[in-house]
Amino acid sequence: MAGFLLRRIGGIAVTLVVTSFLVFGSVHLAPGDPASFLLGGRSASPAAVAAIKEQYHLNDPFLVQYTKWVGGVVTGDFGKSATFRQDVGGLIAARLPTTLLLIGYAGVLILIGGLASGALAALRRGVVDRAVLVGTGVATATPSFVAAIGLISVFAVRLGWFPAFGNGEGFGDRIYHLTLPAAALALTFVGLLARVTRTSMLEELGREHVEVARSRGVPGSDVVRRHVLRNALGPITTVTGTIVAGLLVATSIVETAFGLSGVGQLLVSSVTVKDFPVVQAVSLLVVVTFVVANLIVDLVQPLIDPRLSHAKGGTR
Amino acid sequence: MTTRLLEIENLNVRLAAGRAARPILDGVSLHVERGEAVGLVGESGSGKSVTCRSVLGLLPEGSQAAGSLRVDGEDILTMSSNRLRELRRRDVSMIFQDPRASINPIRRIGDFVTEGMRAGGVPQKDALKRAEELLESVGIREPRAALRSYPHEFSGGMLQRVMIAGALAGGPRLLLADEPTTALDVTTQAEVISIITRLQAERDMGMLFVTHDLELAAAICDRIYVMYAGRIVEAQSAERLFRRPRHPYTSGLLAATPRLESDQPPHGVPGRPVSLAEAPDGCAFAARCAHARPGCTEDEPVQREIDGAQVACLRAEELIHD
Ligand SMILES: Nc1ncnc2c1ncn2[C@@H]1O[C@H](COP(=O)(O)OP(=O)(O)OP(=O)(O)O)[C@@H](O)[C@H]1O
Ligand code: SF4
Ligand SMILES: [Mg+2]
Repeated sequence: MAGFLLRRIGGIAVTLVVTSFLVFGSVHLAPGDPASFLLGGRSASPAAVAAIKEQYHLNDPFLVQYTKWVGGVVTGDFGKSATFRQDVGGLIAARLPTTLLLIGYAGVLILIGGLASGALAALRRGVVDRAVLVGTGVATATPSFVAAIGLISVFAVRLGWFPAFGNGEGFGDRIYHLTLPAAALALTFVGLLARVTRTSMLEELGREHVEVARSRGVPGSDVVRRHVLRNALGPITTVTGTIVAGLLVATSIVETAFGLSGVGQLLVSSVTVKDFPVVQAVSLLVVVTFVVANLIVDLVQPLIDPRLSHAKGGTR
Repeated sequence: MTTRLLEIENLNVRLAAGRAARPILDGVSLHVERGEAVGLVGESGSGKSVTCRSVLGLLPEGSQAAGSLRVDGEDILTMSSNRLRELRRRDVSMIFQDPRASINPIRRIGDFVTEGMRAGGVPQKDALKRAEELLESVGIREPRAALRSYPHEFSGGMLQRVMIAGALAGGPRLLLADEPTTALDVTTQAEVISIITRLQAERDMGMLFVTHDLELAAAICDRIYVMYAGRIVEAQSAERLFRRPRHPYTSGLLAATPRLESDQPPHGVPGRPVSLAEAPDGCAFAARCAHARPGCTEDEPVQREIDGAQVACLRAEELIHD
């Protein structure tokens, strides 16, 4: 177990170094002079340009710049945003609650909707199964912005049930405001989770031990819970991990469509104005989320299937 | 007349409609008395497992069954699903061929052994205590620790013992064993067989023992049914069947088993077994039978009694097999 953890942590370190390098490098490789982006296209005196270059270490060689940036990042200093003239860390922290709430809300919708429809399709072959397959096919193929537009036009404009814009005040009102965004965010992933759940459960349903459990007089609902769903959790957990990271990326579209000031929207607006310290920080956040989600999935898998346990177990 | 523990009468099973529509069992009749060990022997695909599973009401998906299947006089085929579950928990248990596939790999041994009892409303504590005793009775050391272990920590033979313990949990009167040792290696086979026969005798259970090893069946069973292509072709006491098989197929099976005392290599039953669906008119065994006559492919042999044996061969009276 300890060896496994060490290997995993080593792997994560390498992943983070490589991706941080790519994140930092790609922003620098983008065409154009960073200094002129930082000045927002305004013409400035050579002295001002020099000051900017000094502040952002643009005169240093690339590797030195990278090292300085990483040095800041590990101490929690992500630099200053050029457009907001504020610490990037503070900018993100202020927007994080909205994004987390949105992701959490969408996550709940995804888990309930995906597991329920996937399980239903696996257990009710025939019409129900086909309906779920078509439904999830459409859901998976619908881009978030299309879902956002559709939901806004039906539930906000036509029916007027939910607001189409803004964050809301207080917890209840925020949840209310986040309902349509969360639904738009969840749609694609509900389809994905439903399909994985269905496939995984169908595979488990065909196993001999499921029939054996039935042959021993265990009621059908218990058989499904303890021998089918329980055994199907491996792939479901794995895909849930990727969904968490995918959600963070997808918030950029949904938050922009619904005018929510969250991290996703911050990313989009920063990309537009080439506010690269912000872009770098948010990209790194996405990478870290992805890595952490995967680590959690790997740690949870042995709890689901003891055969994957890293503790040694002999044969009796 | 007292009711028999298990009485199967004229059981027909066929896969219904669709592309795969075909018969699987044709007129299978057999019975098991209380405390009696009965063998069901035949080559692969003859319908042994389908017969055995049907006793628990487990028919192949999309199949229809006709005839009757009674346990202590109660017909399985017309039973309510509630009563059927109760019967599976308490009255009839099955030991399956491959313990590795038959026990959920991600749940604990204790969960497996107690599952039926728990479904029947036995409190967790009592069920675990009973499971411990059961594991002990099948020869598992440190049963308490075993209850908390997972299947992958056990060898195949040990896992089959766990399966037996699980099958005995409900205190069944009828034990179905579907090739319980085929998946095991030779040394553990003998151990598992002796555990099954000991417990069957100790607990006075009736047993239907499925195997393709006629010699094994003869060693542990009181009576034996021989099955070919979805039909019973011969039935008699194990001892007499071994000494004097009545059906050419049975003698073929006997000749196929290697004998220690004989220098002759086993010559086996020539040809390939057919399933009921492929079986031609007349006797299904005709294509492989050394005694076949033109008439054998026209009339289907009906089962009849000859010297205490049930035989379905047109020429049974004229042929003596020694
Ligand atoms: N679930 C099922 N669906 C369709 N056909 C089946 C099913 N189970 C069995 N059959 C068919 O029924 C016939 C008898 O099968 P069965 O499993 O009873 O044979 P068996 O005598 O147990 O053979 P083996 O020694 O290989 O276990 C075979 O032709 C098989 O293809
Ligand atoms: S009926 Fe004919 S073919 Fe069939 S076993 Fe008897 S002799 Fe052989
Ligand atoms: Mg079989």
